[in-house]
Formats: sequence, structure tokens, C-alpha cells
Amino acid sequence: MATAARIAQRHPAMTLGKYAALAFYLGFALFPLYWLAKIAVTPDTLIYSEGTRMVPSAITFENFATVLFETDFLAYFGNSLTVSLGTALFTTLIAAGAGYAFSRFVFAGKRIIIAVMLITQMFPLLMIIAPIYKIVAGLGLLNSLTSLIVVYTAFNIPFATFLMQSFFDGIPKDLEEAAMMDGCTRFQALRTVVFPLTLPGLGATLGFVFTAAWSELLFALMLISKNDAMTFPVGLLTFVSKFSVDWGQMMAAGVLALVPSCLFFIFIQRYLVQGLTSGAVKG
Amino acid sequence: MAGEAVIARAQKNVVPGGTGARRSLYWQYMVEPFLYLSPMILLICSVMLIPLIVGISYSFQSIELLNPFATGWVGFDNYQKLWTDRKFWIAMENTFFWTFWSICFQFFLGLGLAMLLNTQFFGKKLFQALVFLPWAVPTFLSALTWAWLFNPVIGPIPHWLAALGLLSEPYNILGDPDLAIWGPITANIWFGVPFFAITLLAALQSIPGELYEAAEIDGASPWQSFTKITLPFLAPMIAITVMLRTIWIANFADLIFVMTGGGPANSTQILSTYIFTTAFRKLDFGYASTVAVALLIILLAYAVILLWIRKRLVKI
Repeated sequence: MATAARIAQRHPAMTLGKYAALAFYLGFALFPLYWLAKIAVTPDTLIYSEGTRMVPSAITFENFATVLFETDFLAYFGNSLTVSLGTALFTTLIAAGAGYAFSRFVFAGKRIIIAVMLITQMFPLLMIIAPIYKIVAGLGLLNSLTSLIVVYTAFNIPFATFLMQSFFDGIPKDLEEAAMMDGCTRFQALRTVVFPLTLPGLGATLGFVFTAAWSELLFALMLISKNDAMTFPVGLLTFVSKFSVDWGQMMAAGVLALVPSCLFFIFIQRYLVQGLTSGAVKG
Repeated sequence: MAGEAVIARAQKNVVPGGTGARRSLYWQYMVEPFLYLSPMILLICSVMLIPLIVGISYSFQSIELLNPFATGWVGFDNYQKLWTDRKFWIAMENTFFWTFWSICFQFFLGLGLAMLLNTQFFGKKLFQALVFLPWAVPTFLSALTWAWLFNPVIGPIPHWLAALGLLSEPYNILGDPDLAIWGPITANIWFGVPFFAITLLAALQSIPGELYEAAEIDGASPWQSFTKITLPFLAPMIAITVMLRTIWIANFADLIFVMTGGGPANSTQILSTYIFTTAFRKLDFGYASTVAVALLIILLAYAVILLWIRKRLVKI
């Protein structure tokens, strides 16, 4: 804000303090990730002797090669990709419909439905962990990626719906009403007029849900026990306990686990902040 | 007003004739929205609400997978067990400690970051993307990363603390019952600051700039304009974010589960990790559900109190 900037300019000490604060935040945010990457590329023989050295004296990509080609890493990666993409697609589709209904209609029971959705955000998910396990086991669906997708989709729908609603709220109603006056059905108006304008919102929701599904651990830990159905978090966790001495490989696996969610994050960051901001200001 | 809009819209589609109008209104009010909503309602009911009710009913039953013949309704037995379960009370205390300190640091650091991002400086967009990055890191990986940073063999933190004289020697903090909880708390702060920053930044940007200019003309110090303009404007937002995040953090088991598994000697056991280990280590679903109901009641009470305070204090 202009005023705050002007105040800062008048006080040299404040300018200095501001840049110190910026540096502090940057260091705090990035240092752990730097350390992860640093150990991943340090040759095995140096990891112990250079434990606290900031920059390794030599660099190797051997750990990455080992993790990629000699472990089950790629299988976990594929499972997580399936689960996360499936969850993201289903959630976004369903949340887009629900968000549209919240944004455009006044209907019977609207307040009740919103209240129930808020409550689902408040009760401990661990509360339903035992019943879900028994239901999934009863259906014979333990170790299936489908059951994970269904459970994750349900978890992510309330927040995704609020996010989509705030995006729909930002699109003027007149647009589709005009199209409907011209003889479109609501669905046609939705497809041809509203949909293209919602693309950033859909992208943000997709990305948000994808990252959430990518990192979910406890339900995956509970529903999946077979090695070839493990998602990334579960796989990596067992991987860590199996190879608990091989720091380099573990860090390399960690760096690789970061790649998809960070790519998604950089891609959607702008829209996500925009969506949260517009939703948040109203809330 | 919204009702009028519905009627107006309904009338637009009216085919001449009274019944047509009524059907159209009925269609728009009772049927059409639910065409869009039904998949969501179906999923939330079947995956969350029904299991929630089943879960509450479990707390009145004995369901131990290791002891399948002892199942059945036991009334309030599980709840009586809570009173005498020392681990439950330790976990309760740890839940408060963990949630309070995580929220405190996340909030103050998040507020600081939001205020920084609300000013102009060179490279702001890149800075924002980078400081928000921890939020994109999968939680299990945040947990592992911080566990590694706290490890005296490959991590620098114990060495730094020893160099500062805070530790007698660089040992593993996560193995020390007195200090272990600070490991997951640090990881949680790192992970959660961006979220607070985003929501508070949104609220900051909604404050009209003229207010600051007027205050400046009147000779207000930066501190005065912060306490007299910024804070009151942020209060509603602060109340709601702090409430939601508190509930979320109290429920959040992943970091502790991965970093310490509740140990050493239950010193980092919070209620949600206790629920998980009771359910999946001991396979005692009945008692796990009882602990979960207790957590649910605490959180509901907290939410009600906070909403009441918000109503009393905030007049916006």
C-alpha cells in the first residue's frame, strides 16, 4: 500500500527492518527445502563427514538414479498420480456443480446444506476413520485405489465447493441470463458462456485438490497395505523405515515427491490466492 | 430480495397460463438446484455423515478386532475408561500445548508476512511465490524434512543450538521427552504461516487506503495507525481464521505421527494421534471412537465460545 511504503521511506530504520524481515521469511521458507536438496546430491561418502556443511564439496545424481530405477518408487508415484488426478477431476466436477447452485439459486434447505458442509470442516476426520475402515473392508475394497479416490473426493468437496462458489460469484449473472433470453437452455448458457470464464477457477480448484490428495497420509496408511497399491506418502514412509540408514536415497525420494505438487503450485498459485482472497473478503 | 429475484427469473420463463408459472417456480426452487447439488450431497452423506453417526455409535460399543467375541453394546463403559486413562489426559494436555503454540507462532508470523506483502518492494511476486512454497509441500514430506533437520547426524539444527549454548551437546531433540514436541510444532509453523498470510493479506487489502492517509495527516504514528485502524479492521477475519485453524491444527495428526509417532514416552501424543494409534495399533475401534467423540465435544465447545466472543466484541 502506498501509504505504508511512504511511511517506510521516511524512516531509514524501518526500511532496513523491512528488508531484514523479508530475508528472514525467505530463509525460513526455503532453508529446509535447500537442505533436502543438498543431502540428495551429496555423495554417500560425504554425508556424515559434511553433516553440517552448507555447500557439499562434491555433487552426484546417483541417489536419484538408484531411487528411480532400483526401488518401487515409480510404482508409488504412478499410484499417487492416479489417485490425485482422479480425485482432482471428480472433486472439481462435483464442486463446480454445487458451487454453481450455491451461487445462482435460492432454494429450499440452502442454509442447512451450508451448515452441514461447515460442520464437516470442523469435526475430526479421525472420528470417521474406524467406521470408514469397516465399511471399506466390508465391501472388500481394501487396497483399492478407487476407494481412496471416493474418500478423498468427499473430504475435498466442501472446501472446493466454497472455492468454486466464490469464483462463480465473480461472474456476472447477466451474461447467462442474456444467453437464456436469446433462447439457450440454462445448461447451454452454462457451457458456452459461463464455462470459459470459470477456467481459472477450475484450474485453481483442480490444483488445490490435487495437492491435498497427493499429500494425504493417514487414510492411505489405513486403507492400503499392499505394496503395489501404495500411494506416495505411504510408500515413502515404509521406504524410510526400510532404508533408514541411506539418507541420500531418502532425500532424493523426497525431492522427487516434491516435484508434482510444486509444479502444480507454481502453475495455480496466482489463481488460488485470487480465489481465496475474493472468498475470504466476503466471508 | 433474493426471493424476488427468483420470482422475477421464474416469471421470465413463464409459459402463458397459471400452472405453468407455478411449475416453473417449483422447478427453480425445489428441483433444478438439486440437479447440480445431488452428487455432492450423496457423497458427503455416504462418506462423512453416515460414518460420523456410526462412529458415535461405536463409542458405546466394544469393538476390538483382536478380541472379536467381546463385541456388543457397553453403554458408557468406554467413557468411564476415559476418566481413569492417564494417557488420555496426557494427550489432552499435549493437544492444548501443541495447538496453542502452533497457532500463536503461525498467527504472528503470518500477520507479519501479510503486512510485508501489503507493501511495495522489488521482486514482490517472486518473493510471494517462494515464501508460500512450504504450503505446497506435502505434509508427510514436511514432517520428514524437519525430522531430518533435527537429526544430529545429517541436520544442522542440533549443532546450531549447541553452538548457541542452548543445548549441552548436539543430541536428537526429537528423542528428548521435554523438548520433542517443539519439533512438530516448528514443522507446523513452517507449513502453516503461508495460509495465515494469504487470508490476512486479503483482509488487509480490503481496508480503505484513505483511512491511513487521514491518520497520517492527523499526525498518527505508524504504531497508532496499526492499533487504531489495522487491528480493528482485521478483527473479524482474525477471529474466523484463528477458529478454523485451531480446529484444524488440533485435528492434524500427520506431522506428529511421522516425526515422533507420539513418543518418546507419550510426550508428543496428542488426541488425534492417540485416536489413530488406538484404532490401528491396538485395533480397539470402540475406545478410539470414544476419544474422537471427546475431541469433537472439546472442539465444538471451543467454536461456540469463540463465536460468542466474536458476536460480543466485533460489531461489523
